[in-house]
Amino acid sequence: MIPSAAFLALAALLFVLGIIAFFVKKDLLTQFMAVEVMLNAGNLAFLALAKGFGRADGQMLVLFVITVAAAEAVIGLAIIVLVFRQRKTIRTDDLKDLKG
Amino acid sequence: MAWVIFFILSVLCIGAVVGMIVTRKPAHGALFLVLAFAALGGIFGLLDAPFAAAAQVLVYAGAIMVLFLFAIMMFNLREDEPPSGKRLRAVLASALAVILLAELILAGRRALAGFPGDSALSSGRDIARLGRLLFSDYLYAFEITSLLILAALVGALALAGRKEGE
Amino acid sequence: MSDLFWLIPLVPGASAFILLVFGRRLPRAWVSWQAAGAVFLSLLLSAAAFIGLAGPGAEPQGLTKTLFAWIVSGSFRTAVAFHFDQLAAVMALVVTGVGFLIHVYSVGYMAEDGRYSRYFAFLNLFTFFMLVLVLAPDIVLMFVGWEGVGLCSYLLIGFWFDRPAAAKAGMKAFVVNRIGDAAFILGMLLLLASVGGGSFRTINDAAASGALAPGLATLAAILLFAGATGKSAQIPLYVWLPDAMEGPTPVSALIHAATMVTAGVYMVCRLSWLYAASPAASAAVAWVGAVTAVYAATMALVQNDIKRVLAYSTISQIGYMFIGCGVGAYAAGLFHLVTHAFFKSLLFLAAGSVIHALGGEQDMRRMGGLRKHLPVTYPVFLVGALAISGVPFLSGFFSKDAILTSAFAGGHYVLYGLGLAGAVMTAFYMFRLLFLTFFGPARSPEGAGRHVHESPRVMTVPLVILAAFSALAGFLGLPALFGERVYLFGRFVGWAFAPPSGHVSLSVEAVLMLTATASALLGIGLAFRMYRRSTEIPQRLARRFPALYRLLAGKYYVDEAYDAVVVRPLLRGSGWVYERFDLKVIDRTLDGTAAAARSAGRGLNVLQSGLVRDYALAFLLAAILFLGFLLI
Repeated sequence: MIPSAAFLALAALLFVLGIIAFFVKKDLLTQFMAVEVMLNAGNLAFLALAKGFGRADGQMLVLFVITVAAAEAVIGLAIIVLVFRQRKTIRTDDLKDLKG
Repeated sequence: MAWVIFFILSVLCIGAVVGMIVTRKPAHGALFLVLAFAALGGIFGLLDAPFAAAAQVLVYAGAIMVLFLFAIMMFNLREDEPPSGKRLRAVLASALAVILLAELILAGRRALAGFPGDSALSSGRDIARLGRLLFSDYLYAFEITSLLILAALVGALALAGRKEGE
Repeated sequence: MSDLFWLIPLVPGASAFILLVFGRRLPRAWVSWQAAGAVFLSLLLSAAAFIGLAGPGAEPQGLTKTLFAWIVSGSFRTAVAFHFDQLAAVMALVVTGVGFLIHVYSVGYMAEDGRYSRYFAFLNLFTFFMLVLVLAPDIVLMFVGWEGVGLCSYLLIGFWFDRPAAAKAGMKAFVVNRIGDAAFILGMLLLLASVGGGSFRTINDAAASGALAPGLATLAAILLFAGATGKSAQIPLYVWLPDAMEGPTPVSALIHAATMVTAGVYMVCRLSWLYAASPAASAAVAWVGAVTAVYAATMALVQNDIKRVLAYSTISQIGYMFIGCGVGAYAAGLFHLVTHAFFKSLLFLAAGSVIHALGGEQDMRRMGGLRKHLPVTYPVFLVGALAISGVPFLSGFFSKDAILTSAFAGGHYVLYGLGLAGAVMTAFYMFRLLFLTFFGPARSPEGAGRHVHESPRVMTVPLVILAAFSALAGFLGLPALFGERVYLFGRFVGWAFAPPSGHVSLSVEAVLMLTATASALLGIGLAFRMYRRSTEIPQRLARRFPALYRLLAGKYYVDEAYDAVVVRPLLRGSGWVYERFDLKVIDRTLDGTAAAARSAGRGLNVLQSGLVRDYALAFLLAAILFLGFLLI
């Protein structure tokens, strides 16, 4: 039996890698992909704990997370498309209207 | 035996993610992620969650990442520029991320401290039971999720549906 | 009806409020009727309450009505309440009666002024505050009225504020009054602390019973009287009253002759037991009054402005009232207050009529021969002059005589002498004024061809009414010589006062009355000789005694002295403080705080780079900290 601790450790590592990816990348799209990585890490954690506590609720949540992530990806990409149309760029460093 | 599979799958997953970080071509990055998510699907299977594994591969690796690839192709993103001198943010973030990692591990150990012990037989295998749960305890969430997907569909169309100049 | 007495101050107060807020939009006729009508209503209420007190079945205590609790602080409680007793009755009748007549007169006098409603608003407001002062049952509420009338005095003196002289006069009045008020506050606080309460009954009882230490009583009484010297224009704080003549003449009549300046006298009468308990304070009151009476009269001898003569005359006559109070004859002092209200306001209003007729001229050297042109103003003015000079059977005779007799009876022969000297001078300068204004050749620059007309009826009718009172009011206070029963006035108010000291036999009283008459006739005779017969005498005297003349005409240079000793050093000192402290310390602190805020803001601005990644970094940091917090 693989202990749940291992899976949790893996989830933690994945999450942190997602964070690093977010800060390394420079355009909206790839940063969005990093966010997806983080979401998956969260899913993994859910399942690990579900197995550990012996309840099925974790799997339910994972199902919903996947669904919502899909919807979110759709909308997010639509927005990125809009931004691209208006600004002709999706480099985050160029999008600083919030400055000041 | 399970350890071996676990080991291979996790190395694959982490390696793919690292590859996504390192590569400068977004298309490659997306493909790396497809690999990572597929490996993750396998890991889900190791966790006695076949349904989740299937959903992961079908939806995440299969649909979402494909969507990303479409977007990449549409924007015609070529290469990312080489790393400029100002890498302060990334370095700082990495340092912080490491700290976060430590914290998460600590939290995880605490969370697991009160474990009744890994149950040999996880109820996850029982898909029928899952189905029943879905339609009883989680009914509201289920229905609302469908509404959510509808909203996302409509929203995407409304947002990006029109061509420029119209 | 008499238990509606608590409305007496509130009716003019409400009218004042309405006029202040809406006055400009109301038609003039409405303003006139409302303002005068409000005071008339108060007059009716006062009369009704007076009848309630004077008639049979009346409670000698007087009526009290509490409106609401005002200050409740520990064991110190004050309520807003009104108390109507004999003393208050007299004052209320005078204030509302004379006030009403002056309101009517003002309708004519101020007819062409652009700020008509403002004038009547202030006049009503003044009436309100004065009535609060008079009907207050405790010293704190009285002080509210005290301050209020001071404020209205400032507003009305400086009514024509676009004239610099008027504006300065208003400020002078207010500042000088303030100095007196500081003393008043100290006295008031002393009483509150040592007696434990502010109501007049409490204070008077404590003083009469000896519960209040004589030293404290003296100190408090003197402090309060110092405040009164400001309000009632005695030495040393009288300097504002002559300047106050810059205001409209009806204002001078109401505020600076009949009512506000008598507030000090009223205050002393209210606290008669306190003053009776302190011989030192009473002596101070009497002596200040006597010296002021003579001092002011000397200055009136040489003034050329018709209103200034009357102003100094007022200062002098109030001195007489204080003599009466100082020797313990509070009823006599109060009686003179009443008669003086009648004839002095009459004189002021008549002078106003003269000024109005001459189109604004106030210098007597440019008047003359107006008797033929002012068929109503001249006779009433004559009545007033006779009354103030103490000619027998007019009101002034009886009231002045009452005071002087009491002084003599108490053994204060020097005070009596001073009073007598003042009486001679009073008669002299009043008839000097009369002769210069109404007799002789017309000395106005345009000569007799000037269009001089009598004032309209709205102005002359109040004059006639006041003249009637000036002539007849004396019979309310016939002295004991004519029989014990006829001293109506004294018997009515006597209940409110500490008993006077000293008595004289009837024969002495008769002699004193003859002496007073003689002094009046002496003064009139001298004036006749110098200003009707041999009109070159004044010039010769002025040339013979130039220094004396200059001293008197220059008002003893008191204003200049005050300016040099008090005003200029204060101005210099405050200028110094302004530069050293105000600008350098306070302004710098404020500006520094603002600058610090600005730089802090600018510093924090760095965090808002607009880059999503920086914000994400903040998220990350927060998450780490939060998690760490949870783990520890």
